[in-house]
Amino acid sequence: MRFDAQPAVLYVFGSLFVLLVVASSITWLLRRSRPDKDYTELTQRVNSWWIMIAIFAFAIVVNVNVAIGFFAVLSFLALKEYLSLIPTRRADRRVLFWCYLAIPVQFWWVHERWYHMFIIWVPVWMFLLISIRMVVIGETKDFLRAIGTLQWGMLTMIFSVSHLAYLLVLPESKGAIGAGPGLVLFIVMLTQLNDVAQYVWGKTLGRHKVSPTVSPKKTAEGLLGGVLTTTALSLLAAPLLTPLTHWAAVAVGLITGLGGFLGDITISAVKRDLGVKDSGALIPGHGGILDRIDSLTFTAPLFFHFMKYFYY
Amino acid sequence: MGTIIRFLFFGVIARFVALFVLGLNVRHRERLPKGGPCIVIANHNSHLDTITLMTLLPLKLLPRVHPVAAADYFLRNRLLAWFALKVIGIVPINRQRTRPDEELLKPVRDSIARGDVLIFFPEGSRGQPEELTEFKNGIARLAEQFPAVPVVPIFMHGLGKALPKGEAILVPFFIDVFVGEPLTGGTDRESFMRSLRTRMDALAAEGHFPPWT
Repeated sequence: MRFDAQPAVLYVFGSLFVLLVVASSITWLLRRSRPDKDYTELTQRVNSWWIMIAIFAFAIVVNVNVAIGFFAVLSFLALKEYLSLIPTRRADRRVLFWCYLAIPVQFWWVHERWYHMFIIWVPVWMFLLISIRMVVIGETKDFLRAIGTLQWGMLTMIFSVSHLAYLLVLPESKGAIGAGPGLVLFIVMLTQLNDVAQYVWGKTLGRHKVSPTVSPKKTAEGLLGGVLTTTALSLLAAPLLTPLTHWAAVAVGLITGLGGFLGDITISAVKRDLGVKDSGALIPGHGGILDRIDSLTFTAPLFFHFMKYFYY
Repeated sequence: MGTIIRFLFFGVIARFVALFVLGLNVRHRERLPKGGPCIVIANHNSHLDTITLMTLLPLKLLPRVHPVAAADYFLRNRLLAWFALKVIGIVPINRQRTRPDEELLKPVRDSIARGDVLIFFPEGSRGQPEELTEFKNGIARLAEQFPAVPVVPIFMHGLGKALPKGEAILVPFFIDVFVGEPLTGGTDRESFMRSLRTRMDALAAEGHFPPWT
């Protein structure tokens, strides 16, 4: 087995596990000191983080093909959750099957490092193929709703998510540090810590609602605190994992902080429209896959194209 | 040989399909039976129903678990009969009497008497996707004859979308599974059927299912 991971990737994973030990210890102390309160959800949350980070670390560290496969599976789970959540038409069963088939093809382009097909497969080819397949079936009742929800689902769950995989195969950078696991770890870690930071700042200082109709619990204080924390983290981690300069790291931090927030509330808007609180029940304490990767569906393409434009 | 194939089928293939390709959201898992004799009843929309129900139960219980299935359908040719009897492990029953005095449920009664966990679909056939049709009252007669044997109602949603009757392509969907409180039968068949139906409807009402039109 070839070890692709740069030492820095291992150090950063190491510190994430230290962070988990701290989080588990705090939960344990809380449970012990206040047995009257219910910490089930907090405990589940932290335990799920252990499992998610362990699986992610394994996928990223072993080799690039395992990592691409990991993101393909993530994409499959997200699309399945989405299609199970939205209204669908019985006539479109075969169309849904085609949507699933788009996943292995999309990740095959990544594996082949075929950027052109990677970037047009979903927005051009699947866009056309799904439309054709649907008019051949010929059911016009709710046609626009069906084609709209399917195209949006493919762009979000397949196209966006696959950008994380393409980060793995970017050619050697103009800078000294190679592409691959470092970039993926950087943006995934930054996005997830941004979620946590926005939550914590919002809980402690939150006063002013920032998005009252979509996500009433989100506050301007949470958003601002999150963006600043994320920018600081970006400055800290960028030299280890990426070729970003200081100013570029600041820009990426701001983009990730804001993009993560927007991705989060976009999925919130979808859930609110559908009348559900969580997108699923796959991850104890968190909800579904979509509840966990909502922010990533925005930050992954944003970070990817930032890197592609300036560095690769 | 049959036993090994059965364990491989349910331990590997069925679990891969049910837990990865589909994915189960199980509510009230603690109500699942820990052993036999017991009758698990569920709504029936797909061939995947049996496989899904059987993966809910621990693998060590597998030798005891048998779905009740129609002989005319599953024993119609030798290959299918081998698969149904040896791998799935069905208890075959005839849906129509061939002789006027034939006791259709006798194989089922023997199986309960042996202490098995039976899987039973009171709707009798798969019907239209995601629609619950009238229950046949064979289950009430069984419950009357075995008043001590718990009947566990399970409501499932999504399998009729994933693989409905007459379709060959499996389309992945997350499946919702709601396990109900067990109930036992008495002499009043009609009230048993009513409470079974009420319990099933209550389980169905726990879910939030998007339209499938």
